[in-house]
Amino acid sequence: MGETRDTVAAKPAGWSRSLAAMASTRAFQQAAIFVAAALIAGGLVMWLLLGRTSDLVSGQAIETMMVEASGIADVAEAAGPAAAIDVVARRSKDATSRLYLLVSSKGTKLAGNLERWPDALPRADQRSGNRNSGGVFEYGSTVDKSRARSAAGIVRAISKDMTLLVGRDLSLQQEYAAQVRWLYLAGFGALALAGLAAGLIASRLAMRRIGEIVVTSDRIMAGDFTQRVPATSAGDELDRLAGNLNAMLDRIESLMAGLREVSDNIAHDLKTPLTRLRTRAEAALRDGDPAQARDGLGRVIEDADELIKTFNALLLIARLEAGPLEGSTETFELDELVRDVAELYEPVAEEAGMTLVCHADEPAIVHANRQLIGQAVANLIDNAIKYAPRSGSGDRHAGADITVDLAVAQREVSISVSDRGPGIPAADRERVLKRFVRLEASRTRPGTGLGLSLVAAVARLHGGRILLEDNAPGLRIVLALPRQDEKGRHD
Amino acid sequence: MRILLIEDDKETVRYLVKALAESGHTADSADDGEQGLALAREGLYDVLVVDRMLPERDGLSVVRALRAEGIRTPVLFLSALGEVDDRVKGLKAGGDDYLTKPFALSELLARIEALVRRSQPEESEPRFVVADLVLDRLSRRVTRGGQQIVLQPREFRLLEYLMKNAGQIVTRTMLLEKVWDYHFDPQTNVIDVHISRLRSKIDKGFDKPLLHTVRGAGYMIGEGG
Repeated sequence: MGETRDTVAAKPAGWSRSLAAMASTRAFQQAAIFVAAALIAGGLVMWLLLGRTSDLVSGQAIETMMVEASGIADVAEAAGPAAAIDVVARRSKDATSRLYLLVSSKGTKLAGNLERWPDALPRADQRSGNRNSGGVFEYGSTVDKSRARSAAGIVRAISKDMTLLVGRDLSLQQEYAAQVRWLYLAGFGALALAGLAAGLIASRLAMRRIGEIVVTSDRIMAGDFTQRVPATSAGDELDRLAGNLNAMLDRIESLMAGLREVSDNIAHDLKTPLTRLRTRAEAALRDGDPAQARDGLGRVIEDADELIKTFNALLLIARLEAGPLEGSTETFELDELVRDVAELYEPVAEEAGMTLVCHADEPAIVHANRQLIGQAVANLIDNAIKYAPRSGSGDRHAGADITVDLAVAQREVSISVSDRGPGIPAADRERVLKRFVRLEASRTRPGTGLGLSLVAAVARLHGGRILLEDNAPGLRIVLALPRQDEKGRHD
Repeated sequence: MRILLIEDDKETVRYLVKALAESGHTADSADDGEQGLALAREGLYDVLVVDRMLPERDGLSVVRALRAEGIRTPVLFLSALGEVDDRVKGLKAGGDDYLTKPFALSELLARIEALVRRSQPEESEPRFVVADLVLDRLSRRVTRGGQQIVLQPREFRLLEYLMKNAGQIVTRTMLLEKVWDYHFDPQTNVIDVHISRLRSKIDKGFDKPLLHTVRGAGYMIGEGG
């Protein structure tokens, strides 16, 4: 029960927290910024267009008013003030939006549909002569006294002692402006709401996806390495991120698996000789015959040397996998190195009853770690000699038992070592590149089991790759190294 | 010869001093870099055996300081750091050879001997002679008892190195490094196979073998067994 109450009580807090979280997402913030910018721009446009009442009066309307005022002035000039009063009175009668007021110099209304002279406008200035002045003013409507209305008008002195005001009611324009304003407000309001809503939705989506990533990574941090970030079909940036994270997790998982496998194998490959060494040392210690004791001690040293070799190979692989070795690369002729290493092993192959031929005639200058490449080629040939014994038929027509080739292509140089042994089943090819993997489970044959993984580490260090192919019959291992461009060689 | 051992592990020092004395050398020791540098400056030694990691002053810096002062005593680095780039660093600092711990005593002794011989100006000797075996470095001809022996270029260099160090043990690693310029573990006893080939060319048919295997150490060319 307590739990339920807690959940209920936590809900509003959770809501506001998640709202706050949504509001703090980039998607939402960007939406909010766009909305604010749109509102400011809209407000500015509106103010520029319709901000002041005087903006509602068009130039044409002023022109018309001036023409009309001039007309009345002309009438006054030609036919006397009475005629002008008459014209104004007549026009006032059937006017709707037009406003007229003719006053005497004392301010007495002579004719017109305005009750009194508006405060906002100057009374006729005699000195201004024929010049018009004018502006926007308020007047109490003859129709509806309770409401003051806006109008625009021009003022003109007529004959010597009269002042004429010709005006236009601006109610229609004001109404129109109000409508436009309202439209603007409604439009931008809707835009703002839609924008913010879109921002919220976008941020909610983003938050959900990120939430998934966070949950996944939490589980992984808790130790469950099988978890993966779910990807959608959208193919967007978050999917790309998820894809990358998953690839990274795959790599970590395989490294972890590798680590487990290695520790199992270390247990076997180091513990077995260590046990043997210990037993031999003990036996030598207890041996009554000094000659036999010495012999035993000699074997102890041999065992120790084997252990050191394995240990060194492990350290070397670890070092190579940790990244580039500083200042240890040089420019050298790879073809010569390959021929040299092949030559080094040729008598070994012969002792094993195998033939080894080397086709590395094409010049190939590379910039790499000569020792490591040499070690890699040596390991490949050594493996071929160890694991691909001659099938026994003595069929010399089939060609050499081990062939070392060097192929120079535009982008890479490939060293391949092919044998005619049992080969490696396709399913196992990936596995043999790992540390300590030897295909026979009993692990009885000599060798550290590190040879190929060292080759793979050397390839990786040089940005190259290692390929295991079917030599039909036998195995072909290709060590492909990228060729250095001309620039790279001179550093 | 006089050897200075700059090494901080007392157990190793005790063992090495004793072993070097048994091989007919005189060995002094210093257990930190500063003390080692001070002793080495006196210039009384034929070879310096320097550990990389030392208290007070590390081995690389000791050797750099000596070389900067013009002291050219051959230096053999001993180090638990045996990675590809560490060896290069050691040689760049002025070391002449590099041996990774743990090592075989025979390896250390052979390398010390080779270093001392290298510092003597015999590099230009035109020919090496061991009993009736003659290697002419200029004409690149090898004869035994006047009879010409045809060698592959690599076999010639192998024999040349062995004869240059005649009467001294050379280890498999030394051969791999000096004759092939490989500083890696070839996994198999490749050197043994090459030696046995060479042996079949220079010793076969002669009653006195000259190329000897020294058990647990390496090879030696010489008249004695």
